[in-house]
Amino acid sequence: MISAIVRTAIVSLRRDRGALALSFILPVVFFSIFAVIFGGRRDSTPKVKVLLVDEDHSGASQRLVKGLQSEGSLVVKTRPAPVKGAEQPEYTAATVEAAVKGGTASVALIIPHGFGESPISFGGDATNRPSIQLLEDNSDMVAPQVVAGLLQKVAVTSMPDVMAEQGSKYIDHFAGGLTPEQRERIDQSLGYLRQRQESGGASTSSGSGGSGIIAVTARAVVGENKNNPMVSFYAAAIGVMFLLFTASGAAGALLEEAENGTLDRVLSSRVTMTSLMLGKLTFNSLLAFSQLVLMFLWGWAVFKLDFWSHIPGFVIMGVCTAFAVAAFGMLLASVCRTRAQLGALSTLVILIMSSIGGSMFPRFLMPEAMQRAGLLTINAWAIDGFTKVFWRDEPLSHLWPQVLVLIGIGVVLFAIARRVARRWEYA
Amino acid sequence: MGNHIGMMVTFEEIAPLSCPATSITSYPPLRVDALVKRFGPVTAVEGITLELRSGECLGLLGPNGAGKSTLIRSIVGRVIPDSGSIQVFGSPADSTAARNALGWIPQELALYPRLTCRENLQSFGRYHGLSGVLLEQAVARCLDWSTLTDRGNDLVKNLSGGMKRRLNMAAGLIHEPRLVLMDEPTVGVDPQSRNHIFEMIEKLRDGGMSITYTTHYMEEAERLCDRVAIVDHGRIIALGTNAELVRKSFGERSQVLARFAGADDRVATWVTQHGGQPVEGAAQFTIEHPTEIAGLLEDSARAGLELLDVSLRKPNLESVFLHLTGRELRD
Repeated sequence: MISAIVRTAIVSLRRDRGALALSFILPVVFFSIFAVIFGGRRDSTPKVKVLLVDEDHSGASQRLVKGLQSEGSLVVKTRPAPVKGAEQPEYTAATVEAAVKGGTASVALIIPHGFGESPISFGGDATNRPSIQLLEDNSDMVAPQVVAGLLQKVAVTSMPDVMAEQGSKYIDHFAGGLTPEQRERIDQSLGYLRQRQESGGASTSSGSGGSGIIAVTARAVVGENKNNPMVSFYAAAIGVMFLLFTASGAAGALLEEAENGTLDRVLSSRVTMTSLMLGKLTFNSLLAFSQLVLMFLWGWAVFKLDFWSHIPGFVIMGVCTAFAVAAFGMLLASVCRTRAQLGALSTLVILIMSSIGGSMFPRFLMPEAMQRAGLLTINAWAIDGFTKVFWRDEPLSHLWPQVLVLIGIGVVLFAIARRVARRWEYA
Repeated sequence: MGNHIGMMVTFEEIAPLSCPATSITSYPPLRVDALVKRFGPVTAVEGITLELRSGECLGLLGPNGAGKSTLIRSIVGRVIPDSGSIQVFGSPADSTAARNALGWIPQELALYPRLTCRENLQSFGRYHGLSGVLLEQAVARCLDWSTLTDRGNDLVKNLSGGMKRRLNMAAGLIHEPRLVLMDEPTVGVDPQSRNHIFEMIEKLRDGGMSITYTTHYMEEAERLCDRVAIVDHGRIIALGTNAELVRKSFGERSQVLARFAGADDRVATWVTQHGGQPVEGAAQFTIEHPTEIAGLLEDSARAGLELLDVSLRKPNLESVFLHLTGRELRD
C-alpha cells in the first residue's frame, strides 16, 4: 500500500516540471551562488578596495604605500579609473572623500604631510604627530576593519628600519642613554635594514596588530549621522525581493482569468489586450509602490529610518522600482501556462535574482564578477538607488542611472510580455 | 453603414428584457458566410453558412466537438477564421459596432469569484463602456432578470452552481446587446435550475431578442428554438424548424422502440437484419404505419428474443440527428 502511494507521488512529481525544478535545480543553484560568494573558489575571493592619498611623499609614506599595494587582499587605487582612455589626476583629500561618499569604495586612507617624520609610535605620544586618516562608509562593516588591521601589519613589514630606529630612540631615552659604540652599531644595523628593504628583501614579520603602532584616525564620511546603518539597505533589499514575489503573484491573475474564461469574456468587450495588460501593469505597479511605502514607514516607526526627509528620492525610486517589478511579473505570467508553473518559475528566478542582486546580502561582499552579474537584476539597481537616497544622501540628479535602467527594464519586459500575450488574444 | 449599431440605448427607452427598437433593420442580426476554421490538421468549422432572422432563437444542435463553440467564438472575435465572413447587423464581427451589439454567454463560468454579483456586473458593464446611472440601472435590471437581486452583495464563490450560471448569463447581457450568443448555458446545472434558466431565456425571446443557442440537448433546442441547425463535423447538415427537420427526414413515419432481454449481440444482429438501429440497448425501427409493429414482434419471437417492452413515438430532433449521421447526439 505504501509503495503504491510512493509510486503515485513519484509519477506526479515527474510530470510537474515546476516542482522538479524547485526540488532539484533551485537548491543546486543556490548552493553554487553561496559557495562562490563565501569563498568556495579561491581565485575569486573578494578583495577590499582602498582609495589612497599620499600627501607626505616621504620615504616612509612611499614604503607604506608600496606595502599596501603589495597586500594580496587589497586593491589600492591612487587615482580614479581612466575616463575615455585619459588618465585621471591622483586623488586628493577632497576627491577621495567624495569618492567614498559616492560609493566608489567603502574605505580610503590619507597619509598626511609630516607622516614620515614620525611614522610609528610605541607609546602614548601619538597626539602630537600626524595620523593617517581612514575614511569609511558605515554600510560596509568589514572593509574598514580589514584595512585598519592591514595598515598596522604593513607598517611592520614594510618599514622594519623605521621600527628599529624608533625602538632605539626609546631605549636611548628610557634606558639612560646609549654609549657611542652602541649607537654606532645600531646605526650600522639600521643601514643594513634599509638596504634589505630597498632590495625587496623585507621579512614577513608577524606585526603587532591592532595595538596601533601607526596612528590612525577613522572617520565615517557616509552614514555618520545614521541611527542604524543597515536599516535603509535592508528595507530596500528585502522590499524589492518581496515586491517581485507579489508582482508575479498579482500578474498570475491573468492566468487565472485565462483558465476560467473571464479573459475571453473581457476581450470580447471593448477592452483590448493592450489596454487589459496596461491596466494590470498599473494595478501591479500601485500595489508594489504601496508595499514599499509600508516597508519604509515600518522602518521609520520601528527602526528610526529617516523616511520623511527623503520623500522625493523615495518616490522617484519607488515608482521606478514598482514599474520594473510589475513588468517583470507580467512577463513571468505571460510566459507561463498555469499558475503552478508561474509559482515554480517565479520562485526560481526571484530567489536567484535576489541572491546575486544583493537582496540577501550586500553586493560589496561578493566577488567582482558576481557584483557585475548582479547588475543584470532589478534588485541591484533598485537597492543602489535607495542606498543613494537614504544612505549617501545624494542629490536626486544622481539617481538617473538607476531611474533609466529600471524604467528601461520595465519597458522592455512589458513589451515582451505584450508580445507573448498574443497567444491569449486570438485562436 | 452601421452607425445605429454603436448607439447605446437607455433602459428607459426599451421595454424590460426586450430587444431595443433599433434592431428593426434591413440587416439580419447575424450572417455567416462560408466560414472555415482549422486548428492544425483538424477542421473545426468547414464552410458554415447561416443567417439569423431578427427576433429569432436559432439553435445550434450537435454533439461535443461538432464545431459549435468554435463557430460562436469566431462570431465574438475570439477565434480568427481561416476564411469566410461574419456580419453582425451588417457590420464585420471584429468592429466596435458588432461588439456593442453582441452579447456572449460563454460555456465557462467567466466571472470574478472574489467579487460580488453586483461588482461582477459593474465590472463587465464598465468594460462595455457603461458608467454612472446607466451602469447602475443595467446592474439592477440584470440582477432582477436573473432573480439575484437579494444576492447582489454575495461573493460569487459562495453562490450555488445554478446561481452562478444565471449570473454568467446576466453578465453577457449587461450592455443590452441586440444579439445574444449562448454557448451551452445550462451545462452542469440541476433540472430545477435549468428550468429557471429556460424561463429567463423565454423572457428574452418573448421580448424580441435575437438569440443563437448552442446545445447538445435535444429537449432544450425543441423547447427554446424557432429553428435548429444541426451541426456535425464542422458543417450544418440540416437547418429548419423542428417540424421541418423531422418531416424532411421521416415524412409521416413513426418510430418503434423495442427492448429485449438477453445478449446484446443477438439483439443487435436481429435488429440490423430487419433494417433497424440499436439505440441505448434497445431496437429502433422506423415504420410507415403502426400496424407494422405486429409483424416485427412476431419476427422477434420467432428469433427467440424475449420482448420486455415496446413503444411507439413520433421522431424528434435526436431521431433526426441519428438518421442523418448514424450516431446518437451524445456520442
